[in-house]
Amino acid sequence: MANYTIVAEPDKQEIVITSILKAPRALVFQAMTDPAHIPNWWGPAYLTTHIDRMEARPGGSWRYVQRDAQGNEHAFRGVYHDVQGPERIVYTFEWEGMPGHVLLETITLEEHPEGTRMIDHSVFQSVADRDGMVASGMEGGAAETLDRLESLVASILATS
Amino acid sequence: MSEIFEGLAEPHRRQIVELLRIRERSVGEIVEAMGISQPAVSKHLRILKEAGLVDVQPDAQKRIYRLRLEPLIELDAWLASYRSLWEARLDRLEAYLRKLQDEQASTQSAGASAEEALSEETSTDRASRRLSHGASD
Repeated sequence: MANYTIVAEPDKQEIVITSILKAPRALVFQAMTDPAHIPNWWGPAYLTTHIDRMEARPGGSWRYVQRDAQGNEHAFRGVYHDVQGPERIVYTFEWEGMPGHVLLETITLEEHPEGTRMIDHSVFQSVADRDGMVASGMEGGAAETLDRLESLVASILATS
Repeated sequence: MSEIFEGLAEPHRRQIVELLRIRERSVGEIVEAMGISQPAVSKHLRILKEAGLVDVQPDAQKRIYRLRLEPLIELDAWLASYRSLWEARLDRLEAYLRKLQDEQASTQSAGASAEEALSEETSTDRASRRLSHGASD
């Protein structure tokens, strides 16, 4: 199981996911910026990912199309603002199914004794957009630090 | 679901939930344990009750609060489904990175044994060459 934390604080329009990947930083960077690698890991395994366009350089654009077994398609697209190997990728992200809700994602890769620390920082246009992403159906600024909440719930259920 | 979140989003209310997790308690006991005013505690208890997180039962002159597990089980299931999204994504990336490294390792070990047969380099030299090799990939 992947080793990571998700932080989504109430009333903020960002999500920060930090994870430790057991692989050298250059390889992680390559897996994220080389179109040949993307279909092998992007998105859930039950969907196939097709790379429509991927120009991993400042000013380049990208578009991935995911298909399920029934042939339904979901497309995602954006523009690369910055690509600095092997440490930094900054791009916009938009699901074409909900046009206009664009987020800015910054991926920072740092050397770590176990491999690479990846910090995935997403900034949404509004708190509502962020919460909509965290959970459709969750209203207002009631988003809680998911990790803290989850460990609280887990400990209550374990001891009750 | 959002009521459960709101119920648990406030630190004092989480503290009340922690207290009730150990055992059921009267309002007086909660006020004493929390060190905040009775009206504040009552307000938090009302919100927790509206979220379905606590139950209240009268016992003589007291009102006894206890924790309800049902919404927590529901929340746990929801968090698990949300978490599994990210987990699936990161697990897949991790598994793929492992596969790439395994492939690299088998190519490199084939290269290293050929090198061994041909040269008299020390093993540290070879190790440092392999390292710089890895970094430039």
